[in-house]
Amino acid sequence: MFGKLSLESIPYHEPIIMVVAAVMAIGGIALFGLITYYRKWGWLWNEWFTSVDHKKLGIMYFIVALVMLLRGFSDAIMMRTQLAMAAGGAAGYLPPEHYDQIFTAHGVIMIFFVAMPMVIGLMNLVVPLQIGARDVAFPFLNNLSFWLFAVAAILVNISLVVGEFAKTGWLAYAPLSGIEFSPGVGVDYWIWALQISGIGTTLTGINFFVTILKMRTKGMTMFRMPIFTWTSLCANVLIIASFPILTATIALLTLDRYFGMHFFTNDFGGNMMMYVNLIWAWGHPEVYILILPAFGVFSEVISTFARKRLFGYMTMVWATIAITLLSFIVWLHHFFTMGAGANVNAFFGIMTMIIAIPTGVKVFNWLFTIYRGSLELTSPVLWTLGFIITFTLGGMTGVMLAVPAANFVLHNSLFVIAHFHNVIIGGVVFGMMAGLTFWFPKAFGFTLSEKWGKRSFWCWFIGFYVAFMPLYVLSFFGAVRRMQSYANPEWQPWMILAWVGAVIIMMGIACTIIQFWVSIRDRKLNADVTGDPWDGRTLEWSTSSPAPFYNFARLPVVGDIDSFWSQKQRSNEQQEEAPYTDIHMPRNTVAGPVISLFALVIGFALVWHIWWLAGVGAIGVFVSFMARVFNDDIDYYVPAAEVERIEREHQQRVKNSDPYKPSAEVEGREGKQRYVEVKA
Amino acid sequence: MQRRSLWRRRGTLVLLALCLFLAGCSSALLDPKGQVGAEQRSLILTSFGLMLIVVIPVIAMTLLFGWRYRRSNSVAKYLPDWAHSNAIEAVIWIVPCAIIAVLALLTWKTSHSLDPHKPLESDVAPIEIQAVALDWKWLFIYPEQGVASVNEVAFPVDTPVRFRVSSGSVMNAFFIPHLGSQIYAMAGMDNDVYLIADEMGSYPGRSTNYSGAGFSGMTFEAKVTTPGEFDDWVETVRGASETLTYPEGYEALAEPSESHPVEYFSAISPALYESILKSFHTGGEHEMDSDHSMGSDHADSSDGDNAPSTHQAAASGHHTDNHANQDHAMRTHPASVEAGG
Repeated sequence: MFGKLSLESIPYHEPIIMVVAAVMAIGGIALFGLITYYRKWGWLWNEWFTSVDHKKLGIMYFIVALVMLLRGFSDAIMMRTQLAMAAGGAAGYLPPEHYDQIFTAHGVIMIFFVAMPMVIGLMNLVVPLQIGARDVAFPFLNNLSFWLFAVAAILVNISLVVGEFAKTGWLAYAPLSGIEFSPGVGVDYWIWALQISGIGTTLTGINFFVTILKMRTKGMTMFRMPIFTWTSLCANVLIIASFPILTATIALLTLDRYFGMHFFTNDFGGNMMMYVNLIWAWGHPEVYILILPAFGVFSEVISTFARKRLFGYMTMVWATIAITLLSFIVWLHHFFTMGAGANVNAFFGIMTMIIAIPTGVKVFNWLFTIYRGSLELTSPVLWTLGFIITFTLGGMTGVMLAVPAANFVLHNSLFVIAHFHNVIIGGVVFGMMAGLTFWFPKAFGFTLSEKWGKRSFWCWFIGFYVAFMPLYVLSFFGAVRRMQSYANPEWQPWMILAWVGAVIIMMGIACTIIQFWVSIRDRKLNADVTGDPWDGRTLEWSTSSPAPFYNFARLPVVGDIDSFWSQKQRSNEQQEEAPYTDIHMPRNTVAGPVISLFALVIGFALVWHIWWLAGVGAIGVFVSFMARVFNDDIDYYVPAAEVERIEREHQQRVKNSDPYKPSAEVEGREGKQRYVEVKA
Repeated sequence: MQRRSLWRRRGTLVLLALCLFLAGCSSALLDPKGQVGAEQRSLILTSFGLMLIVVIPVIAMTLLFGWRYRRSNSVAKYLPDWAHSNAIEAVIWIVPCAIIAVLALLTWKTSHSLDPHKPLESDVAPIEIQAVALDWKWLFIYPEQGVASVNEVAFPVDTPVRFRVSSGSVMNAFFIPHLGSQIYAMAGMDNDVYLIADEMGSYPGRSTNYSGAGFSGMTFEAKVTTPGEFDDWVETVRGASETLTYPEGYEALAEPSESHPVEYFSAISPALYESILKSFHTGGEHEMDSDHSMGSDHADSSDGDNAPSTHQAAASGHHTDNHANQDHAMRTHPASVEAGG
């Protein structure tokens, strides 16, 4: 009846897990109670859960990502604590079967359920606004993508209390992840969580690819697109091209595990290196899916706050395209030590290094954007400067790893761990923090506290170096990744130092939480009335904050890169304004959350081999999908009068606000004066 | 604040340099004990140095530009529409290209000179040791001496050693950090790495590729001795009471165990290593694929100096024998066959 599931599947004997579960349960009940007490369920369901508004979906992606960040970071600090203790024969406090789940969960959560939703959330929030569109190409799919991702995150969290998670490392290398060596349900949780969220990601890729290609406003040619849109386009190309590989690879592993097939087993012609090749054929493009949009964020931030056009726009675009293409022909550098021949290794090593060229060019472009600019040292700028320094160092260690003969001693060591945290924290995390601070007012209508933002930056920046530089050092001693304990007591001081670094990063996360708290408390003071708090350059700043649900009352017309900036430069004279027209908008839909809920049922049932329940879930998905397909009432028109009313209200608010308040404008005038002086 | 951070960063760099210096005193990779490791150390340091040519200016420019062009600095030039310069763009493409070109040459050269499958040049004849990764210990087989040991391997100084590396379980990687190159250990696949030690001593070795619960304790000791001491060591092993038979003794040893003690086997079944390899070659026509996916074969065909290894014949010799059994085995034990056939 319940497959492999029984009451023994709940790890009562693990006090740590039980405490965590209790805290989660109490938090969940409290949240549930509060929503019920304030009668917010209807509002949540109608305004948020069923929403097809890309901005709301972007916000929901970020909320889930931040919650999962707390989970992923708890894993990190537990690992660092274990390694600070378990030296010279000491066992530490986490036995291997627990420790191994933690490092697997840490990797899976941080990549799939923190970094990915942050990147996709930011694309959701920003891309349609930047291209002057009213929504994405397929609004219902967008909602479905989010919910598939969200239920996958729920599935991962269920594994904490019901059963176990994979003990295989985040990529579940075969044959360790095969049924022979991992007979438990951990790998199955991994499989179904990734399959469900992977389908969501693929749909997102298609959605945004079409959106960017087909829904740009009048005058916005490809080479007038903002850089963040460009990098998003390339990231979505990578998603479309690479995520099917992941889906297929995991499907093959599923056949091995569920039907006794032998794609990746040791025997019967199975080949574990085929798995390793396939998973990295997806895995390497994946890291560029994460980093390219972050590059886009830095480009927007640096030109906005330097108040200067981005240096080398064309170079930047072509460098992005080059990275996109190259990212597909470097995957073997993740396993030079497989023992491939020298020619093969040299080819992949050199291809990898070549990526350093366009990346290096990008770095110089950012630097020359600052050069002769007027840089305001806001917290997004601090994240960007911190990124340039940290990412450059991470790129350097990446090139060292790309030299096959050097890789033979660095592979699988803590050098690799230090390297990819160097680029993922320094690149993706810093980028997402910069992007979050930068576009937060567009989403919510008020800016985040600068003071706490800067504190968060300094904690992350210093914490990163204290946490990960010791790992570089340890790698030269011969310390490898995924050790639960180590014999050599000389390593312990470095491990303790790394733990201190993790604690400093934890303070950074605390600063971010305080930042949200303080900013929400002071939201009236920090209100972004004009919709353009940073003296922005691209279209998203031309509409109000938070943007109305239809984004633009009149679709903007673009004649330039940085079109909003040039429009502001050109004139203060009253532009001739066309009358408002009816706006065609998509309706909210229950199909997304319902289909995804049934997908969760399927996933959970398949993990535990509860076949009848999987059937129920499958029928549920099919029926709810068909209901959506045959529903013709999926769109409506916002009457012109209603648009006019909303726009008048906004204009009234702008008029009523203190005209001297946006200090940015005053400084901007000074800046312009300087420019005139220089020219003279 | 920016100036303060400048000092802080400089402090970080000094600290980093100090760390590397300290690490150098007892570090396996910076204080190698063999030719392979020594060449890899100099390769790491060379590539590090080459990249500093870009990295140091980038960090300096970041701090300098960030400070110089801050908004409150009214003496710095501000050109809001200046966004292109052919000269600068040429330089920022050419400099990284030049550095990567040098690195690419270095990569091509060292990928071949430090190819783990390439025999090392030496006046001394190489010895062969076969390393098999098991859950969670290392079995070392000495085919010429007819002995085997667990979690301890000995070989004479200044003698090239050809480690043939495979696995009786999941994937692992064989690594003695002081001596250089690691290589994956994969079931049914015959990998190899040539290493040499130029200084006597006892060096820690381990699996670097995570392989499950007992992974942390999957370590061994590599004893580098004089030739005479090596002979003594072999004699000690020959004096052990236990022997290793295939398949019974081997299967008992292959049972999962953590932090396994050192063990000696005075005698072994003939062609033990080959038998372990073959045990995974069940299932007929695909096995040729799995043999060929091993990179060493490609290397064989690409450079002539790497003599085709004997394992090729050993691994595919049973091809036809097993073919008849395949259907039967598939029917009876679809998923549970571990080392059968």
